[in-house]
Amino acid sequence: MTWVLSRTTSGSRYSGRVPTTTRPRLELDPLVVRRARSLARQAGRPVVRLAQRHTTVSVERATLRLAGLSGADHERVPWVNHLVEAVRGQVGLECGVTTPVWDALRRGEAEDLLTLAQKAASDSISFRLPTGPELTRSRRAARAAVATGIRTVDRQRAARERLVRRLGDPKQRPWIYLIVATGDIDEDIPQAQAAAREGADVIAVIRSTGQSLLDYVPEGATHEGYAGTYATQENFRRMRAALDETSKEVGRYVRLTNYASGLCMPEIATLAGLERLDMMLNDSMYGILFRDINPVRTFVDQRFSRQIHARAGIIINTGEDNYLTTADAVDAAHTVTVSQLLNEYFAKEAGLQDWQLGLGHAFEINPDLPDSFRLELAHALLARTLFPDAPLKWMPPTKHMTGDVFRGYLLDGFFNLVGAMTGQGILLVGMMTEAVVTPFLSDRDLALQNARYVLTAAGGLTEDFHPPRDGFIQTRAREVLGESVQLLERIVDDGLLDAIGDGTFGLMRRPADRGKGLEGVLEKAEGYDNPAVTLLEEGRST
Amino acid sequence: MSDTHTLVRPYGDTTGDGMVQVSFTLPLPCDKRAEGAALQLAKKMGMEPALLVHAKAMGPDYTFFVVYGSVSHLVDLRDVTVVERRYPLLTAKEVNLAIKRTLRRKLVVVGACIGTDAHTVGIDAILSLKGFAGEKGLEYYREIRVVNLGAQVLVPELVARARAERADAVLVSQVVTQRDAHLHNTSAMSAAFREAYPAGEVPLLVVGGPRFEEGSAASLGVDRIFGRGTTPGEVASYLVHELAA
Repeated sequence: MTWVLSRTTSGSRYSGRVPTTTRPRLELDPLVVRRARSLARQAGRPVVRLAQRHTTVSVERATLRLAGLSGADHERVPWVNHLVEAVRGQVGLECGVTTPVWDALRRGEAEDLLTLAQKAASDSISFRLPTGPELTRSRRAARAAVATGIRTVDRQRAARERLVRRLGDPKQRPWIYLIVATGDIDEDIPQAQAAAREGADVIAVIRSTGQSLLDYVPEGATHEGYAGTYATQENFRRMRAALDETSKEVGRYVRLTNYASGLCMPEIATLAGLERLDMMLNDSMYGILFRDINPVRTFVDQRFSRQIHARAGIIINTGEDNYLTTADAVDAAHTVTVSQLLNEYFAKEAGLQDWQLGLGHAFEINPDLPDSFRLELAHALLARTLFPDAPLKWMPPTKHMTGDVFRGYLLDGFFNLVGAMTGQGILLVGMMTEAVVTPFLSDRDLALQNARYVLTAAGGLTEDFHPPRDGFIQTRAREVLGESVQLLERIVDDGLLDAIGDGTFGLMRRPADRGKGLEGVLEKAEGYDNPAVTLLEEGRST
Repeated sequence: MSDTHTLVRPYGDTTGDGMVQVSFTLPLPCDKRAEGAALQLAKKMGMEPALLVHAKAMGPDYTFFVVYGSVSHLVDLRDVTVVERRYPLLTAKEVNLAIKRTLRRKLVVVGACIGTDAHTVGIDAILSLKGFAGEKGLEYYREIRVVNLGAQVLVPELVARARAERADAVLVSQVVTQRDAHLHNTSAMSAAFREAYPAGEVPLLVVGGPRFEEGSAASLGVDRIFGRGTTPGEVASYLVHELAA
């Protein structure tokens, strides 16, 4: 690493917590804060119950992946898809995929899981739902097989913790987050390594456009993507191995990020756990709103994926920044807060801890608006104050980047300054060529210089920056919190699913009985069993 | 500037000084040789004298340069031709307003990838809220009702749905070009629509994809072809121009 920042955050690396004495004060009414959280819980709870009553094809496929089933046929259709479809066709998935699968294995229909999947693909296996002692034995066998995957996830988490102990975390907060996206994993690797050497603490490999709507996870190393690289297990493995090398070289653990979103959210989360990814984009409502994925499908999938992330020690990143690209960043500021509170509730319900909540927000206020910077400060500080122990993810301007790269560079500087002043946890580095071209090597270098300069020059400002009592910033923060409570009250009255159906978030109407992936949602039957969920919820590994 | 000035040069701080500023990266380690290479490039770009004001190493193998200098080139305004778009580019607000005023109802767009094409990238870029190149898709427009049928839609299904939804326009994306699939699919689609609708009532047929030839719309039987890099705003403006103007 060629640069070292003077600011030290003694002993609080994981939490992202600014020491209490220096934390800027917003003086929010603790009663209002408590009310907001309690409303979020009330709004979220029925959705969690709904998620608990259902499973999806992707949850079932993820479970098979934990049991070690991987690979695809000559047409690149994954074996997990074949097996889940075969079971669904014969006995349904209402009792889970694992019971009929391990029953078939116990009956000697095939010598192992892969062979079973291959035979099932050619329709030469007959599945059944066992009963009595056979049911118990099938379930036990399934649990033992799935537990091996859970143990791999545990081992990878331990490996990360060991590497962080040995190599260390970044010396500064926020961590510097950079995006790589060439479409070809072999091109991504040298770019990611170069970015890490230039100072990036977190590398995100952005996915190919359209992957979120594929109902299968592509297999193997991929070399062609549209505006991004496909998320595959092999791509994950290669990139993590390369960054492990670079981490040793630069003397700090460089984190890797991908996207657990879209129709295969549970499977991608599982692959991330198995291949030691460190952060995953995982928003509770993004797929519904921006990809028109069925709301029930999304909530079921995100609960399972968050349970995996919790177990794997993965930090999730939520996508509140997206609301501000469609709605006005001032008028809709409270929708960000509401979504953060809902994301927090769903995350904690799934077992994630505060240090794993990279709740998102963004610098998207129109710079031509008077006091735009003060408003940004108020909003960022509100998020910081509401979630003091979460490593908030601070996202750069995109909507008001015009192609005037010089002005864009200045905006990015102000964005960095808000990040430094308000003690954000993860800072996505803004590019002055946003919305112009795929960043040049030099754009990335200039962007990192910008972030470095601001963090070095002003990183300590969290210590001095105390907005005055009842001043502009405190007042604005309270106003946004107040609007958030009002919106949450409405959501609780209408029900969250109806609120989504009515276009409350990001102006999109998404009814619960519509959207992509609905055909992959199933109501669980009485005898439903999923050993992965059991192991995750019990916190056990055998 | 008066019309008599047909020759112009860039303006730094004095008329006719020809001053420009450029920045670029060379795949060379940052040293005297790299600086010489940068100046050589500047000279070949017509900058003379060129002033290398900044050189910075980016890792061991690359150097970033900022160069100021006077270009020897003259621009002859008589040789400048402007290709006019046949319709104005509108903002989302203007699109909504035009539809509201002219149609007095929502404009209905049905979109799909037809045939075996599973690449919804194009149609999603234009239709989905997420959009493309920083522009929101047609779903974002309050006065446009979008029905996105997704991938691998059969032509008869598309026609039936377009009729059921009373589509004003049908948007079809074709990315796969193996054995000219995009051309066959497009012709089949337009033929099916012309068969199913009375003459003059066929919805506006629009196809998009990276490999269509510009100007082949008529021969394929569609109203308009959009190529690579088309943004939702351009499509929305076109729809308004054709249907609500």
